[in-house]
Amino acid sequence: MPQIRMTVNGKEVSGEVEGRTLLVQFLRDHLGLTGTHVGCDTTQCGACTVHVNGRAMKSCTLLAAHADGADVTTIEGLADGDTLHPMQEAFREHHALQCGFCTPGMVMSAIGLVKDNPKMSEKDVRHGLEGNICRCTGYHNIVEAILDAQTKMGA
Amino acid sequence: MASQFGIGQPVRRSEDKRFLTGRGTYVDDINLPRQTHAVVVYSPHAHADIKSIDTSAAKSAPGVLLVLTGEDAQADGLGGYGQALMPEDVGGPPGFRTTRPVLATGRVRHVGERVALVIAETEEQARDAAELIEIDYAPLPATVLAEDAVKDGAPLVWDGAENNLCFPLMMGDADATEKAIASAHYVAKVHIYNNRLTTNPMEMRGTIGDYNRAMDEYTLYTSTQNPHGVRAEVAGHILHMHETKLRVIARDVGGGFGLKGGVFPEDALVVWAAGKLERPVKWVPSRSEAMILDDDGRDQTLDAEMAVDKDGKILAMRWIALNNLGAYVVGPGAVVPMFALGMSQGVYKIPTMLVATKAVFTNTPPTTPYRGAGRPEATYTIERLMDAAARGIGMDPAEIRKRNFIQPSEFPFETHTHQIYDSGDYATALDKCLELSDYKNFAKRRAESEKAGKKRGLGLSYYIDNTGIFNDRMELRFDPSGSLTIVAGTFSHGQGHETTYKQIASDLLGVPFEDIKLVQGDTAAVSFGRGTYASRSAHVGGSALKAAAEAVIESGKKFAGMMLEAGESDLEFVDGLYKVTGTDKAIPMTEVAKFAYIPAGPPSELGTGLEGVGNFATTMSSFPNGAHVCEVEIDPDTGKVVIDRFFAVDDMGNIINPLLVAGQIHGGIVQGVGQALLEDMVYDRESGQLLSGSFLDYAMPRADDVPSFQIGMSEVPSPSNPLGVKGAGEGGTVGATPTVINAIVDALESAGVTNMELPATPERVWRALSKAA
Ligand code: FES
Ligand code: FES
Repeated sequence: MPQIRMTVNGKEVSGEVEGRTLLVQFLRDHLGLTGTHVGCDTTQCGACTVHVNGRAMKSCTLLAAHADGADVTTIEGLADGDTLHPMQEAFREHHALQCGFCTPGMVMSAIGLVKDNPKMSEKDVRHGLEGNICRCTGYHNIVEAILDAQTKMGA
Repeated sequence: MASQFGIGQPVRRSEDKRFLTGRGTYVDDINLPRQTHAVVVYSPHAHADIKSIDTSAAKSAPGVLLVLTGEDAQADGLGGYGQALMPEDVGGPPGFRTTRPVLATGRVRHVGERVALVIAETEEQARDAAELIEIDYAPLPATVLAEDAVKDGAPLVWDGAENNLCFPLMMGDADATEKAIASAHYVAKVHIYNNRLTTNPMEMRGTIGDYNRAMDEYTLYTSTQNPHGVRAEVAGHILHMHETKLRVIARDVGGGFGLKGGVFPEDALVVWAAGKLERPVKWVPSRSEAMILDDDGRDQTLDAEMAVDKDGKILAMRWIALNNLGAYVVGPGAVVPMFALGMSQGVYKIPTMLVATKAVFTNTPPTTPYRGAGRPEATYTIERLMDAAARGIGMDPAEIRKRNFIQPSEFPFETHTHQIYDSGDYATALDKCLELSDYKNFAKRRAESEKAGKKRGLGLSYYIDNTGIFNDRMELRFDPSGSLTIVAGTFSHGQGHETTYKQIASDLLGVPFEDIKLVQGDTAAVSFGRGTYASRSAHVGGSALKAAAEAVIESGKKFAGMMLEAGESDLEFVDGLYKVTGTDKAIPMTEVAKFAYIPAGPPSELGTGLEGVGNFATTMSSFPNGAHVCEVEIDPDTGKVVIDRFFAVDDMGNIINPLLVAGQIHGGIVQGVGQALLEDMVYDRESGQLLSGSFLDYAMPRADDVPSFQIGMSEVPSPSNPLGVKGAGEGGTVGATPTVINAIVDALESAGVTNMELPATPERVWRALSKAA
C-alpha cells in the first residue's frame, strides 16, 4: 500500500492507504477529521469540499494518493483558536446553517469563491454555489453570509 | 423579561459553533471500538417470489462475520413495523394492515425491499461479499401507479387487499355537493398528480447497533427525529424486549423533514446483529442506496372541481383522489391522506363539499410524511382551483380569495372536515404580501419581460397548515452551581431548539442564556419524549417548557421563603427574582437554586435541589397560514422557468426567534419550489425500477434555482397554547408549490395553456406551449 504524506491544517501527517482510498476517506477514517462530510456518491453535493493547495476541491473526487505532498485545509483548520474565520462568523451571524451537515463544505467552497472573485454579485454567488447542495436553508441566508463575508475579507 | 436573549429576539444560535468548526457528531462520525460494517442486500425486483437464497459463498468471503436473511429473523421471532395510526383508530373506516419485515421472506413487494444483511470487518469486505449472495427470484407482474393499481385485473400487492385498496376515506356531503355543482354559474376543474418525492436530507440515515453483554444492554445510535419512537418500535415491536434494555442515542442529525420520524429495518437489523456478534455493527448507506432504501413522500392523483357564482363566491368543492401508499402502510404513512382530506377546505368558507380518496398499495417503496404531509396536497389542490375559478369568471385572483376568506371574527371555525381553526386574519396577511410584492405594478413588469421575448406570470396562494400534534414533556433541572439544564422530549435536528428553548427558559426564569444547557436525543437521559415532526416543538415542547418553568418557580418559592424569611403567600416572582411583596427584599432564581442544594437545612418536604417537570397535551391544533406571491419568467424557446421574485407573509403566531422562523420559511419555500420545478421520484410504470436514483437524475434545488426571498410577518397569536405560537416548520413548503405553478399557468395562459403538471420541467413547459400553439 502506498505511503503518503501531506500537510493537513498545518500539521505534517502520513499514512498508508490503498490505491482506491479517496482523500475524504483519508481525512475522515485515517485522521479522524470528521468535519468533512460525505453527502453523495456522484460528486454532486459539495459536502466534502476542502482546500487543496489553497483551492476548494471536492475531496470525494480526489484519490488520497494524488494529494501526496499537498497542503490541505479542512473545516477543522479554519478557525484561529477561538476566533472564527470571517466566513464562519458570517454564517453564524446570518443564520446560514440549520442541520449543519452541508455547512463545512459550504464554508470551504464559499472561501474559495471569494478568493477567486472578491467582488461577487448575488448572482455570482448563487452560480458559484452550483456544486453545493443544502436541503435546509433555502440558500437565502447562505448567500447573504457570503456577500457579507466577502466585504469583511476584503477589508 | 426584556433581554436580548428573551422570547422574540433574533438570538444567534448557540449550536452553530460546533457545526461551523466541523465538530458536529453525525452517525457516520461515530466509530466504536471493535466496530464491524453492515451492508444491506435488497430486492432488484418490484414484485417477485424468492425461490432460494444461497449465502454460502458470502459467508466464507474474506472478513465476513455474519450473513443474515429473513429466515434467520423468523427463526429468532423478530416482529415487523406496523402502523402508528390508521383511520379506524380515530373512527374512520377499517383498513388493510401490513407488517413490514426487517428482512423479507417468500416474496418481495418493491425494489429496495431488504433481503439480507452482510456484516464484515470492513465496509469494502461487506460490499464484496454482498455481491456473492445468490438469490433466485421468480419475478411477478408489478403495479406501480395508483391509477393502474385500482384497475380490474391489476396485479395484487397483497392477497386479500382487493383492488389493492388499503382504506377509503370520504368527508362531506355528496348529494348537496353534486346539486351545487350541477347548477353552478361556473365550475373550475383541475387534474393533479401531486408527484412523488424523496426527502434527501443531506445526512443519509445511518445506524450503529451495540451490545454490552456484561449489562445485557443494547445501544442504538441512529439518525432519527424521534429517539423514543425508535426505541418503542425496535425494542417493543421488532425485537420483543423491554424498552429499557435498549438505549437510543441521536446526536446531531443532518435534516429529517419527516423521513427520519419513522423507523427503518436497518435500525432493528444492526441491534439484532450486534447482539449476535457482541460487537458494534455500523450501517451507513451511500446516497444511491439511501434513495432506494428510504421511504418516499406525496404521490396523490386527483380530479378536483370548484363551483362558483358570478361574484366569485364559492358554492361547492369536490375532489376524488388516489393516494399511493407503496407496498406497505408503515408508521405514520396513513396520516398523509388523512391530513390531505382534513385540511382540504383551506382558508375559505365553502357551503358544501366532498373530498374522498382511496389509499392503495403498489409495488413501490412506502410513502410516508414528507415536509407538510398531506397539507401540501390539500393547499395545492384548493389553491389551483381558486386560480382556475378566478380565470374562469375573469376575476382578480386576490379578489376571489378575499371574497371567500374565513373572517377573523369567525374563529374558532369548524371546517366540513372537522378541523377547528384557532385564529387568523387572512385578508390582512394577503394585503401585506400584495403590498410587499408591488402587486399593482405587475403589468409593467410583464410588459418589460415581453419586450425581452419572455413570458412573465404572477402566482399567488394562501396556505394553511396544521401543527402541534400530541402531548410531550420537558424537564428543567438546576444543578448545585446554579446553572440550568433543559431536558427535552422533542428532538432538534436543524431547527435550533438549543437556542429557542434557552430563550424561553431564560426569559421565564431569569437565568442567563449562557448558563443554560439542552439535553435531548438520548433515551437514558430523557425519561420520555415524542420527538420532533409535524412542526410540533414550539407549540407542544415550548408549552411544556413553560409549564416546567412554572413548576420550578412554584418549588423555588418554598426555598426562597426560607431564605427571605417570608411566607410563600408574601412572595412574588418577577424578572427572575423572588420578591417579598411591598418590600425591597429580593433574591434571584439562581441563588435560590444553589440554596436548594445545601446539604443540611431545608426540611424533607422541600426536597433536595430544584427542578420542575412540565407537560402539555394538545387539545387544539394551531393553524399557521400565510400568503405567497411569486413571479416567474419563462423562455418560450426552451421552456425554462426562472423564479424572478418571491414573497411570503406568514402568520406563525407569536414568534420566539424571528431569525430562525425566517430560516424555516426560506428552507420550506425551496422544498416547495423543488417539487414545483425540479424534483420527481420516478419508477418505471411496468417494472417498478427506480429511474431517478441519484443526484444526477433527481434534481435537488440549488442556489441558482431560486431568488432571494422577501418575507414579512402578520402574527395572530394562537389561543391553542400558552405561548400563542403556531408551528413554523412546514408552511413555506405548503404554500410554495401552488404559488409557483399558478405563476407558470398565469404566464402561459395567453398562449392557451390551462394546466401544468408537477414538476414543471423545461421539457414539460415547452411541450405544453407547443401543444397549445
Ligand atoms: S460527497 Fe463529494 S460531492 Fe457529494
Ligand atoms: S444546513 Fe442542513 S443541509 Fe444545509
